[in-house]
Amino acid sequence: MRPGGKENFNISILWNAGAGPADAAVRPLCIGKEDDVNIVACVKQVPDTEAMIKVKPDGSGIDEAGIKWVMNPYDEFGVEEALKLKEKQGGDVTIVSLGPARAMETIRTALAMGADKGIHINDPALEGADAYVTASALAAAIKAIPHDIIFCGQRAIDDDSGQVGSVLAEMLGLPSVTIVTKADIEGGAIKVIKPIEGAQLLIESSLPCVVTAQKGLNEPRYASLPGIMKAKKKPVDVKDAAALGVSAEVKAKVAKFVPPPARPPGKIVCGDDPAAKAAELGRLLREEAKVI
Amino acid sequence: MAKGVWIVAEQRDGAYRKISFELASTARKLADQLGEEVCAVLLGSGIEGIAGELGKYGVDKVYVADDAALEPYTTDAHATAVAKIVKENDPSILLLGASVQGKDLSARLVGKLATGMATDCTDVKIDGGKLVAFRPMYAGKCFGEVTVASTPQMASLRPNVFSIVETAKAGEVVKFDAGLDASQIKTKVLEVQKDTSGKVDLTEANIIVSGGRGMKGPENYNIIEELADVLGATVGASRAAVDAGWRPQSDQVGQTGKIVSPNLYIACGISGAIQHLAGMSSSKYIVAINKDNEAPIFTKADYGVVDDLFKVVPEFTQVCKKLLA
Repeated sequence: MRPGGKENFNISILWNAGAGPADAAVRPLCIGKEDDVNIVACVKQVPDTEAMIKVKPDGSGIDEAGIKWVMNPYDEFGVEEALKLKEKQGGDVTIVSLGPARAMETIRTALAMGADKGIHINDPALEGADAYVTASALAAAIKAIPHDIIFCGQRAIDDDSGQVGSVLAEMLGLPSVTIVTKADIEGGAIKVIKPIEGAQLLIESSLPCVVTAQKGLNEPRYASLPGIMKAKKKPVDVKDAAALGVSAEVKAKVAKFVPPPARPPGKIVCGDDPAAKAAELGRLLREEAKVI
Repeated sequence: MAKGVWIVAEQRDGAYRKISFELASTARKLADQLGEEVCAVLLGSGIEGIAGELGKYGVDKVYVADDAALEPYTTDAHATAVAKIVKENDPSILLLGASVQGKDLSARLVGKLATGMATDCTDVKIDGGKLVAFRPMYAGKCFGEVTVASTPQMASLRPNVFSIVETAKAGEVVKFDAGLDASQIKTKVLEVQKDTSGKVDLTEANIIVSGGRGMKGPENYNIIEELADVLGATVGASRAAVDAGWRPQSDQVGQTGKIVSPNLYIACGISGAIQHLAGMSSSKYIVAINKDNEAPIFTKADYGVVDDLFKVVPEFTQVCKKLLA
């Protein structure tokens, strides 16, 4: 059991913990008309969380030199959930990504994890796409394929906008359940757990729908070596803005990138005696900072 | 032409969330520069009585939809209602909170209103009659100045960052019909489980005491919890502590956890990996207690104590007890 005393959250109707393929037989699912589920997972390639971010001298963007690119961690949770659903219910998983040529690596990573095919939206005109343009492009690609459920990360850790999943849902005319830490599909509906400030909600949505993944949803798998080999042969469609019929005109624009505001230099509390240092810290917080 | 600075107020169980007053005060400041009105949208059931209260924080007019279908919050119902009243009135600016509910609602509205939004802003201003929003990107490793070409120009504001200013205005209450049709609402809240610990959420806390890898194990968090109890603080954790299973996921502060901005953030045994710093750099005061004087956390700290946290923290708890007695 994890510490922290949150274990008393026992949202009853949900989880048969560890429900796996064996359960699928006794828990028949009816999503859409077929038994097979058409699952979509949207992914974005972003700088690794440990990457240092340097702003270009002219403030037009960030300096990409030396950055290690990875799949957005929240999208990994989405891909993992998509794969788990496929394993439980049957069906296939399509990965959709908007990004430059290097984004193909991220699509291949998802294919190596077990997804079946990919759509890579690659167009220099879409560089600097805001949430609206990104969602338009994803929506156009997804409209053209069958989709029972769409997973996105709750936000990408580069622009931190957290909008795309919801805007995509709106454009597809689908409901959205966002920032979820558990999801379970049964009988043509999905039930999710969503933490909010000081509470958790159990929400039900009809399908198809868009689900945005929060950390805690699952533990994403690593790609296996055979998975990596197989991924090379899996089909990936490459499309540009014209093929999708989307406008590249952004609504929100980052007019200028700037380094974070500098914090004034701090004070180190000196001395050899922990008790004296604790007392001095207390005095500083009380008298100087006035925060306690 | 689009006119007016609008906010979407947030209430839970008939009481305003603090972010509502932060939004109202900020909208007032922007509207005064533009010479425009501040209007608020308030949605829920049985909430008409609290509507006028927003006048105290500078709101000229409060549009209220009081409808059973608006309680509890669902994305579909609230986004439909806000989009309707916003489209009828064509404001130039629309502000929401970057709370959990505000994030969900604002993103859906971007789609419904076909506009742009700056998410989780830490500052907003007017420049040349237009909104300029200042927001952390890459989890605070850099910032962006965002402008929105379409209207309403939307921004969501990070909770706990903007000051609350009382400016008495009329707070005239105008009722409107949310225009909801049950078939539009495709999601349903089945159950609400409240956290009964009585602790303030990390994103709303005034003081946070966080522990990292230096805590050495889950059993040692009692010293952090004792300090937090004395200070009325909420306990947080670094990713290392969460990934080790010492603390629940909901306690994680950082790039893949919660982004927090308390008045006081006390980091105990946290080295300050960049993804952690990203989550707490907008705190007003930062204290670091760590025995490694090279730890990156000290570059962000206003006050640092280089020493064994197992010696300093219990002493500091006693000091605080006396100070607050």
